[in-house]
Amino acid sequence: MWRDALLVAGKDLRIEGSSKVALNQVGPYSVVVLLLFGFAFDQDRPLLTEAAPGLFWIAVLFSAVLAVQRSFALETSDGAVDRLRLSRLEPAGIFLGKAAAVAVQLLLLEGLLALGVVVLFHARLAGAALLGASALVATAGIAAAGVAYAALSMGLRVRETLLPLLLAPVLAPIVLASTEAWRSALGVSTGDGWRWLGLLGGFAAIYLAGGVLSFGALMEET
Amino acid sequence: MLLSVRFRGVVALAARYPLLAGADLDVAVGEVVVVRGANGAGKTSLLRAMAGLLPLVAGEASVLGLDPTVDARRLRPLVGLLGHRNGLYEDLSAEQNVMFAARAERRPKADVQSALARLGFDRRVAATPAAKLSAGQRRRLALATVLVRQPRLWLLDEPHAGLDAHHRQLLDELLDEVAASGATVVLASHEQLADGLEAKRTVWMSGGAVVERAAAPAVADVVGVAAEVAPAPSAPCPQVPHVA
Repeated sequence: MWRDALLVAGKDLRIEGSSKVALNQVGPYSVVVLLLFGFAFDQDRPLLTEAAPGLFWIAVLFSAVLAVQRSFALETSDGAVDRLRLSRLEPAGIFLGKAAAVAVQLLLLEGLLALGVVVLFHARLAGAALLGASALVATAGIAAAGVAYAALSMGLRVRETLLPLLLAPVLAPIVLASTEAWRSALGVSTGDGWRWLGLLGGFAAIYLAGGVLSFGALMEET
Repeated sequence: MLLSVRFRGVVALAARYPLLAGADLDVAVGEVVVVRGANGAGKTSLLRAMAGLLPLVAGEASVLGLDPTVDARRLRPLVGLLGHRNGLYEDLSAEQNVMFAARAERRPKADVQSALARLGFDRRVAATPAAKLSAGQRRRLALATVLVRQPRLWLLDEPHAGLDAHHRQLLDELLDEVAASGATVVLASHEQLADGLEAKRTVWMSGGAVVERAAAPAVADVVGVAAEVAPAPSAPCPQVPHVA
């Protein structure tokens, strides 16, 4: 399974490295989203700084939808998904590989967005351990749920519009917990960020386990 | 006679629409069978059912000794399917596409070069992204991804589409080699084929069932030979079960 995951992740990242869709389209899109948040709250600078963690994770959520749609467009545009289904690759390995590739792209994007939050929202990045840990765990959860739901909607003609609709409620707990963890790390709230990280870990584990167990069946439905 | 494929009255549905409506077919090990039929006759569905990609709701089916619905996961790695679409990753080079197919099947790297060479790819073209290849080159690349898997059953849907005369001949020679090595080939086509393939056993499809030659006049029109008109299929379609 791990070998298959590495193979699929390597393939997806090689394609992204070649096409540069994440770099040229998803990255700029997420920065534009941050800029729009900045314009919307510009009259209230303290509020903008306080809301920075939430705005950051909403921008990540929007970008994640694009990233997972792109990840599955690779498989459906020329019917490569049949090749995956006919191969000896373990479905769980395909799931983990695609989730890992999406996660790597999202982590790079989060680095860019964090820079944007500092520059545009005047947020002061502190609590590096909590920030980094919650970003890692949240990204794993977002990628896992995104890939599982993208597989679910892969065979549908309305997948482009259905996926965001399905994904937003599922990712709401992740966005909430990661926002609270970041608010604590940045000193915006007095809550215990590590407890939020624990909750985040629980959701990420559920989504990862759910994807590993169900991905074979989800691919059959396409 | 050892059979690679044995279908008896198989039925497959898309929602309530019958894709296969009681298809019967035997294909022997090492045989090359050409499936002909008009558009919508069920050729593609027949191939997908043999590959274990289309669940069957009625009838008896055995492919390489496995039930294609129940044992689909075990069957699929033994099958090579070339569909209407090529199944390529546009941003990967030709070589990277074949390499991924090979590694997914645990095939050695040497097989990649031999598959590319067999399908007529030189180093320069092998390094070209699939998106920049011509339609014929993409078709050959898709065939290379099938070849590198070394399947026991080749299922080819219009494999000659987009190929020039030279590469059509190359494909026909490859299929003869494949059959000589003991693999089975089922290819669907509504084109005029080369003499070698025309001489192979041909079955005809109409309305999701395998029918007698005389019951397929529309196909005869398509391939440019004299139509043999018959009023109805000699193998009647069975009742398709109602699915709620």
